[in-house]
Amino acid sequence: MENRQRLQKKDGVKVPDPPTPHTKGKPRLLLMGQRRSGKSSISSVVFHKLPPSETLFLESTARIQKDSLNSFMEFQVWDFPGQIDIFDNPNFTFDMDAIFGEIGALIWVIDAQDDYLEAVARLNSTILHLHRSYPHINIEVFIHKVDGLSDDYRLDIQRDITIRIQDELSDQGVENAPVNFHLTSIYNHSIFEAFSKVIQKLIPRLGQLEAMLTNLCRTCRFEKAYLFDVNTKIYIATDSTPEDMASYEICSDYVDVIIDFTEVYGSWPRSQQWRKRLEGEPWSQPLEEQVACEWAESGMVLADARRPIMLREVDRFLALVAIMKEGSYDKMPQINMNVDVVVKGLTEFFEITKPKELAPGAQQGPASPGLVQG
Amino acid sequence: MADFETTMGAPSAGGQVVGDWTGPAAAHAQLKKVKKQKVLLMGKSGSGKSSMRSIIFSNYLARDTRRLGATIDIDLSHVKFLGNLTLNLWDCGGQEAFMENYLSQQRAHVFSNVGVLIYVFDIESRDVERDLATYVNIISALVQYSREAKVFVLIHKMDLVQPMTREDVFDHRAALVRRKTAEAVAIVQKQKPEQPPQASLTTTTTPTPTPVANNDLSPNLQLFATSIWDQSLYKAWASIIHDLVPNLSLIETQLASLGLAIDADEILLFERTSFLVVSRWTSAEGERNPYGDRFERMSNILKSWKHTCSKYTGTPRNAEQFSDFEYKMGATFSMFATKFTTNTYILVCMPPGEARFNSAKLNVAAARSWFKFLDGPVVPAQPAAAAVPGAAAGAGSGLGASQMLAGMPAS
Repeated sequence: MENRQRLQKKDGVKVPDPPTPHTKGKPRLLLMGQRRSGKSSISSVVFHKLPPSETLFLESTARIQKDSLNSFMEFQVWDFPGQIDIFDNPNFTFDMDAIFGEIGALIWVIDAQDDYLEAVARLNSTILHLHRSYPHINIEVFIHKVDGLSDDYRLDIQRDITIRIQDELSDQGVENAPVNFHLTSIYNHSIFEAFSKVIQKLIPRLGQLEAMLTNLCRTCRFEKAYLFDVNTKIYIATDSTPEDMASYEICSDYVDVIIDFTEVYGSWPRSQQWRKRLEGEPWSQPLEEQVACEWAESGMVLADARRPIMLREVDRFLALVAIMKEGSYDKMPQINMNVDVVVKGLTEFFEITKPKELAPGAQQGPASPGLVQG
Repeated sequence: MADFETTMGAPSAGGQVVGDWTGPAAAHAQLKKVKKQKVLLMGKSGSGKSSMRSIIFSNYLARDTRRLGATIDIDLSHVKFLGNLTLNLWDCGGQEAFMENYLSQQRAHVFSNVGVLIYVFDIESRDVERDLATYVNIISALVQYSREAKVFVLIHKMDLVQPMTREDVFDHRAALVRRKTAEAVAIVQKQKPEQPPQASLTTTTTPTPTPVANNDLSPNLQLFATSIWDQSLYKAWASIIHDLVPNLSLIETQLASLGLAIDADEILLFERTSFLVVSRWTSAEGERNPYGDRFERMSNILKSWKHTCSKYTGTPRNAEQFSDFEYKMGATFSMFATKFTTNTYILVCMPPGEARFNSAKLNVAAARSWFKFLDGPVVPAQPAAAAVPGAAAGAGSGLGASQMLAGMPAS
């Protein structure tokens, strides 16, 4: 639980350059774009939990800011200063292989509230450069700062940018470049949703995870289930029902509530007397045996008596959050049993996929969990 | 304020010494009385008065307050709080023309019978001297008409100050406000030497108060650094509300006996709409919690959660959003929050353990009837009298043996 602690706001502002962690085998996310387009704000809000309103105080990034993200997978996030053009720089030559060699995705941030023609032109030249040597890099374009814009205007901008990029690329003879577009803002959940999509593409055997969640939803009659990375509130998998922003928002906020409660009441050590008293008569059992589940579990019933929400921690990094159907709260014990089985399956899944290069037999996945029909 | 004190005092005194107890009828009358408190909300135009009012009492999100326009003249609202306390909230538009009007034509109307004055300073204001001059005028008028009023000064919009310097900026401004308050009071007292200088806004009651002598803390003046973007707003408003709640001592004793009975580490009682902490009880172990700001944090967390729910379920912002919440953090702690009385929610934090948790939930449900008096002025005589012996039992066995479910492990 220690790593659950929210980083203090102050710490979030300036992250010291980590002593260049060993980079082998870690997928890397590159954040690039024009200066002042919001790259550092994005990485501070998503990876350091900086409140969006505080990003006003962030200073301009002068050099490549490298963060590593420890979670179920280890990611590296590199925040590039906007003023450096790495392909056309007279003073430095960049080691392209070092930068793009192990890249998982390139995230290009465009400020939608600004004149974006130059940004689009630079993005085009970047794509053309990369396409030659690294054709498999996913390019994710975040059309950013859309919070102040009307829905129609957002879509207009997205269409305009998409067309400009596709036209330019096909003029240069590049067809079907792997470019995806996301409308984002740090002031709502869209930035987390966009990151979720980006990261899901990097997860080996995502289909297996999704199948497990779909199975759980069908058995327990859940409306929607998410597997969250607790630290970033990025969801790494969900069931196969259609995407629904509203359920993501409420589940993600629920994770926040739990994290906050945990910090306030669960992050400080209790005294020895306290423990002694609780383990003594009439209980006569260690505290660990008085509880049913060693990980966090939680439930909340909304007042309209419909759709209870449940949360279950899978391991230090991941939590399963689901929206249930009306009346399911009465069947909690049965649901808990099913959730137990799935959690076990998920744990096995991550054990198997972790040393993915070493275990070629991983594709058969975990033993299919035997769910209790509810 | 004076009659308010007696209302609070009587039930507890009656509980301890039966001789003083004038009978259930008197208790009934006191519990039945709805307290109305006149609360003035003042400050310069644009300082954020209406924004904070909307956040606390109308469940606005901080960013929604941008939509609010300027308050014209006085915006009067009656906020029902806990069923037996009504706040007459006078949100006074802060443009200079209005201010002058309050101080001249409407002076007696505005400043008489004030229970609480909340004065808001905008930390970003360019013209501090002028703000303080207006503040001094307001204080003078207040001392003239409502000597007993409490004054809360909120130094607002602290989020606009760099985090590093916030504390210094606040301390500096707070010292300035204290000095000005003392000066204002001193001037009023000098002007009216025939009135004995009762302790109103000053601690020192020397016959010839000098500004220097008044420099120390006035008991009825409290300063808070606030921002609508974090929990600091809840801290300030919880302390404003705290002193106004009737039967506070009764609530506290009963919460304490409930806490001991169910072996909790902490119990918080929230008002339903504002989610301000009305009362709380903490065990000796719970006191070791290093987070001193946890009460306002809980308000903030639950309130923003409420907002998420209302967005999700499509129900109005002020409607009730959740009925039950439970969270078991392995072998670290357990907690649950539930709808308690009509006007309150209760949050209980307790040691881990399934059996302990389940019996505590049942016991909290059983204890609901003790707190019926929170629900409002109409209390039948019998239950009102019955509630008091419960308080008298105090630290002893809170719940009757019949109600108490033994918190024993299910062998």
